[in-house]
Amino acid sequence: MKLIGFLLLLAGWLIVLAAVAMLGVSAPRTDFILAGFGVEILGLILVIRAHLAPGGDPR
Amino acid sequence: MVVAAVFLLLIPFAAVGLSLINTGLGRSRSAAHTMLTSLGLMAVAAVVYFVCGFAWQGFSGRPGYEFVLAGRPWNWIAAEPWFFQGLDLADPALLGAWFGMLSVGLAALIPLGAAVERWRLSASLLSTALLAGWTYPWFAHWVWGGGWLAELGVNYGLGHGFLDAGGSSTIQAVGGLTALALVWILGPRRGKYSLEGAPAALPGHNAVLVLSGCWLALVGWLGLNGAGSFLLYGLEPGTGTALIALNTMLAAAAGVLASAAVTGARFRKPDASLSANGFVGGLVASSAACAFMAPAVALLTGLIAGVLVTLAVPWLELRLALDDPGGAVSVHAVGGIWGVLALGFFARPGRVLGTPGADAGQWLAQLVGVATLVGFVFPLTYGLNWLLNRLYPQRVAPEAEQQGLDLYELGTGAYPEFPTHTDEFGR
Repeated sequence: MKLIGFLLLLAGWLIVLAAVAMLGVSAPRTDFILAGFGVEILGLILVIRAHLAPGGDPR
Repeated sequence: MVVAAVFLLLIPFAAVGLSLINTGLGRSRSAAHTMLTSLGLMAVAAVVYFVCGFAWQGFSGRPGYEFVLAGRPWNWIAAEPWFFQGLDLADPALLGAWFGMLSVGLAALIPLGAAVERWRLSASLLSTALLAGWTYPWFAHWVWGGGWLAELGVNYGLGHGFLDAGGSSTIQAVGGLTALALVWILGPRRGKYSLEGAPAALPGHNAVLVLSGCWLALVGWLGLNGAGSFLLYGLEPGTGTALIALNTMLAAAAGVLASAAVTGARFRKPDASLSANGFVGGLVASSAACAFMAPAVALLTGLIAGVLVTLAVPWLELRLALDDPGGAVSVHAVGGIWGVLALGFFARPGRVLGTPGADAGQWLAQLVGVATLVGFVFPLTYGLNWLLNRLYPQRVAPEAEQQGLDLYELGTGAYPEFPTHTDEFGR
């Protein structure tokens, strides 16, 4: 789950970069940047969940 | 140049402030270790930045490596020689290199606040070498060295490109995200969470150190925000100094007041350590737009930062099981990202930069910067520290946590004449 989370973080960033580079000044560019950011949020949630040890860490 | 150099001289106060805050929010058994580690981190950051960090970061207007994508240049890394070669004494980039060296030192101190009481001294120095030699310079080049984020305005019509005058992103968010990576890699302190996951209170040992650190941090931040604005964005000290100082002060003031109000409402009494976090959170958030916003907007930015930080600290501890004694993730990552976004939402940089018609799309440029922090810098710093941890474990041995890092790693305590608390040798 952690690895998928990190891959989603990177994928979201690449979507943002692609939107900036390939779409001109238009509404779709804003939408794609927001979508890429949304993918990053999803990845972050997965990374957080992967680090939540059930029952805590008693060390 | 002279004014910028004077502001640069103030920046070490921010490092002293952060070191005192980190030390005061930890327990007394590791106080000397925390202070020594702070010095060590600054030293390693300075040396590594001298060796190769500046070569990757560079300075705006100096050579960099580019590739062309969809017909537009993407400047992705600087092309400076190592060891500051090629910089002469009259070159403004020399002051930029000094600013970078101080900035990377500050960024290196931030993870210590989160990893305190369980981070081996030697491992922390190695981790800082990775931060100062790779993570920080790379992102700082994109923002401050004429990289693609800074050029988003020229190349793609996104406002003035990504802006950050005092380092809300390059210093604070990079340091805060590294702190988050380290908290996860190191795990919580011994005894912080029960088997059921309930957190125990492990209060800091010296609120006076923490609050004194806030005063020193304010002085340092005035230098940081001023030097960054003058050196990196070419603002005139004559007109900019008062505005930058006012905005920095107001954001910090609003941050601490918001924090005291929120903790007062929740716990019936204001909380000293959370209020200190709110103060620093206000400073952190002020950095990005300190030269570009009106004082009332700075007040609002600091106010929201204070509330965000105050709510984030217990939320991360209780809901996400993040053991972050210094609140580094909340203050520097959350506060820094908020500062970057606040510039996009509230500031009008065009009036200051002399292109008032170019403010449209600024919020999108700032969002692209935040997306880069979350989607690239965080995985990078996590990956580097994870790899380091596999090769050279970063966490101290269990007996070190029982004894305290002062005795275990340094052989003597910070307060040898004070009576030892009963919990000093574990439970």
